[in-house]
Amino acid sequence: MDAFLHQIFSGLANGCIYGSIALALVMIYQATHHLNFAQGEMATFSTFIAWALIQKGLPYWVAFSVTFGISFAAGLVIQRVILRPVEKAPVLTNVNVFIGLLLIFNACSGWFFDHTVKAFPSPFAQEGLLKTQFFSAHEFGSFLVMLTVLLALYAFFRFTPIGLAMRAAAQNPESARLVGIRVSWMLAVGWGLAAAIGAVAGMMVAPVVFLDPNMMSGILLYGFAAALLGGVDNPWGAVIGGLIVGVLENLLGAYVIGTELKLTVALVLIVGTLTLMPAGLFGKHVVTRV
Amino acid sequence: MKLKHFSLAVAGIAAAAISLSAVAQKKYDTGATDTEIKIGDTKPYSGPASAYGTIGKAIAAYFDKINAEGGINGRKVKYISLDDGYNPAKTVEQVRKLVEEDEVLFVFNPLGTPSNTAIHKYMNQKKVPQLFVATGATKWGDPKNFPWTMGWQPNYQTEGRIYAAHILETNPNAKIGVLYQNDDYGKDYLKGLEDGLGDKAKTMIVSKVSYEVTDPTVDSQMVTLKGSGADTFFNVTTPKFAAQAIKKAAEIGWKPTQYLNNVSSSVGSVLTPAGLENSVGIITTQYGKDPTDPQWNNDKGMQDWRAWMAKYYPSGDVKDASNVYGYSVAMTVVQVLKQCGDNLTRENVMKQAASLSMDLPLSLPGINVKTSANDFYPIEREQLARFDGKTWKLFGKVYNPSGD
Amino acid sequence: MSAAPDPSSADRKSRLLWIGLVVVLVAAMVLPFLVKNYRVFQFNLVLVYAIAILGLNILTGFNGQISLGHGAFYAIGAYAAAVLMDRFGMPYWATLPFSGLLCFVLGFLMGFPALRLAGHYLAVATLALALAIPQLLKYKHLENYTGGVQGIVLVKPDPPFTFRFLDQPLNADRWLYFFTLAVTVVMFLLAWNLLRGRVGRALIAIRDHPIAAAVMGINLPAFKSLTFGVSAAFTGVAGALGAVVIAFVSPDSFLLPLSIFLLVGVVVGGLASIPGAFFGAIFIQFVPNIADEMSKSAPQAIYGVLLIILMYLLPTGVMGMVRKLWARWQPGAARLRVNARPGTSVPVSPDLTKESTT
Repeated sequence: MDAFLHQIFSGLANGCIYGSIALALVMIYQATHHLNFAQGEMATFSTFIAWALIQKGLPYWVAFSVTFGISFAAGLVIQRVILRPVEKAPVLTNVNVFIGLLLIFNACSGWFFDHTVKAFPSPFAQEGLLKTQFFSAHEFGSFLVMLTVLLALYAFFRFTPIGLAMRAAAQNPESARLVGIRVSWMLAVGWGLAAAIGAVAGMMVAPVVFLDPNMMSGILLYGFAAALLGGVDNPWGAVIGGLIVGVLENLLGAYVIGTELKLTVALVLIVGTLTLMPAGLFGKHVVTRV
Repeated sequence: MKLKHFSLAVAGIAAAAISLSAVAQKKYDTGATDTEIKIGDTKPYSGPASAYGTIGKAIAAYFDKINAEGGINGRKVKYISLDDGYNPAKTVEQVRKLVEEDEVLFVFNPLGTPSNTAIHKYMNQKKVPQLFVATGATKWGDPKNFPWTMGWQPNYQTEGRIYAAHILETNPNAKIGVLYQNDDYGKDYLKGLEDGLGDKAKTMIVSKVSYEVTDPTVDSQMVTLKGSGADTFFNVTTPKFAAQAIKKAAEIGWKPTQYLNNVSSSVGSVLTPAGLENSVGIITTQYGKDPTDPQWNNDKGMQDWRAWMAKYYPSGDVKDASNVYGYSVAMTVVQVLKQCGDNLTRENVMKQAASLSMDLPLSLPGINVKTSANDFYPIEREQLARFDGKTWKLFGKVYNPSGD
Repeated sequence: MSAAPDPSSADRKSRLLWIGLVVVLVAAMVLPFLVKNYRVFQFNLVLVYAIAILGLNILTGFNGQISLGHGAFYAIGAYAAAVLMDRFGMPYWATLPFSGLLCFVLGFLMGFPALRLAGHYLAVATLALALAIPQLLKYKHLENYTGGVQGIVLVKPDPPFTFRFLDQPLNADRWLYFFTLAVTVVMFLLAWNLLRGRVGRALIAIRDHPIAAAVMGINLPAFKSLTFGVSAAFTGVAGALGAVVIAFVSPDSFLLPLSIFLLVGVVVGGLASIPGAFFGAIFIQFVPNIADEMSKSAPQAIYGVLLIILMYLLPTGVMGMVRKLWARWQPGAARLRVNARPGTSVPVSPDLTKESTT
């Protein structure tokens, strides 16, 4: 029983990792209707920047905030400079540009910061009231951070004028322009936010999985699965999708099929679920008017 | 008078013979000339294994040093290294380019078991040396069937057997849990352990769990291993996952006797992120000096290495054991070429590679490099070491699997 | 006000096209004798990737179903050929139909869940396939057939006869090249035949206006599943050829990057274009080598930069640009033709709830 609970909690902890990347993916999707393949590598690069700042002596939360800011600015710049030229191009052309960005960021992480595994500090005290037998203080802390980000996003989209403008720009660019919304800038802000959320995800993940250029490769794939399982337009769905994928994977590996096939079976189950619920568990069903 | 003619004739023939043999001493195959020796290799400079690309850069830097000091027997080394992205299909293409277009003398230290498997037959058919391959798989030391292929580092199965021997010696009733990477590297180590335990493998190994490189963490596997009741842990993981496993074991309160594979035994890259206090008592085998281990700080070989890194490879990471590996394997091949003298044929390269008897400055004391016509495993000796919280303390005897 | 295209100019154009194709074919046949063996090997790979990309293009370009998992079909085709050759002693040329058939069936089966999924959801489902197949290939209970993590080493076939041309012999590499070239010609003719008639138009209709297509009587589920099957079959045959040419298969040869690069090749060549597959194949085969020559520290980054620059210059792929230039050269009548390519067509009505073309 102990081991079983342990597997579930460790699955939830992993699920938080997947959920945080899924959140960044959904964030970009809500703003741009594109899934950004380069999200993971951008997050890794941001985490390396944070690591470098901490090595230089900055206190953790200062480095955290600076990285958040740099990532936001970088995301904005990337949208304005690199993605705007292909905005009107077919979707798959954009996908190719994302793939290009993925390759560039991955290579640059290795080039600037080398490939040795690095420890990344956790802001949550290892001993203390947050720690229990089943999950560490950091795991609980990063769960809280993710929840905070989620609530902040929800509030941002629901209650602020910019959030509303962004939603309008994504859903209906033509009409949004007619009302005076600068659609292009809304896309850029969307990218900036997604990059910043990705950076937060990276900084929460790195203490657990250790920092190296390929840190996010596996996580991104699970993040995709989680985002789509939960419904690609639903941030809550992304988080819950992540938790489900994490727990499912652990239980499958430990009790059902063994570790040699757990990836396969987990993916089969996810695809099966999507087949039964094609818009994800919590996604919106799109009805087409003929 | 006849005697005079006779001795003149003999002298003339002798002179001719000496000059003929002097000319005949310089023998070249494609890739070698009076001024240059061309060597090629493939390394993963891109893709999932790009961490090992630094080995190629270290080798290039070592050849820079050799060339700056005058070359080998007056010839400069031209080193051509191509990216294969750890994709065997690409390795085949790049190696064919090296052999057929760049016309190298031999291919040196190609990296990766699947990559080397893909070119194994080709190299032997073309009779081009596939020298000092960068993988610990056991199948490269087979001079009868593949006379043109040779490994370099101690192979994984031997290492697994050493651990098995130690477990049988110290804890014959141990319950062993194994965490291994689900690929040839992980399975090779596991086989070594199982072979070393023999009949007892089935009863002693209570849990075997694998992971993929795409897994973010090995937490679930560690929980499973703890739950199996194992008191001995064989940790066959690459550095990142090794650090995770050690850290997780401490977090969940599991304190087995841990055997850590040599690939991930770096103090700076694995044990420090995992937590030095969590790593106390871990056992590994070593054959080389860990650049992050403080006990070698005043060692001459290590100091020379650090000076070389600073001068010829300043962008390289001094904590990365791969840079020690590149330095040492390049030093070995330079020795082979020195032994070749002016006979730079491929056949002679293999012959000299199979007649090595040397010590490397960055090998542990007692670990030599020795080959012969039947022994295509240059480095075989290893010694067990235990981590004391600061450094690896060697103990016990130097294992010598084939007796040399 | 539709001006009918001038019949004699159409004749002239199609004659020119056929002559051009013949010239290209003759050049392709002479080429291996002009270059060294390893270049022939590279051209072999280009042809193999061209077939694979064509397969993916049928599904993604013509039919709008995005697949991030075609590497899986390539792997299945390759392993099927390898197992048949290695364990059952089948000659290499006989394995191609088996690989094609196996992949057709599996692709068709994959088509069923694909029916329910659209756009990004389908992308993730196919991504799952691309990730699962290497793991299955390593599975220990299948090891007796697949060789497990070690893979299968194959024997490169010898040419059945030999001759000399331009002072070069017909050796194994060149023989394989001609074999691959023959298969490529056959596959491309099959695709061209399939796509130029009703079937092709039906696929494009399903891609652009699925509801209208259904209303017109096109059986969507049947077409979409069959397209998946055919697309997988093409890529499977390519995989089998690849196994023969490289003479080695292992799970590490078929990881996710393969699927991604096939998709990259489709877009670079031009969506919904048959000749585009060659340009895509040339890109994914040679540009990594160029990037490698330019930088040892970060060749991947150079590749990414080159890819992005290409997307700026040619957003609709090489063939998209070729078509644009060709259209500009034509007299006015040609511009009134219905443009069947994605991205350049203006939607008939701004359908607010419709996703963009994936």
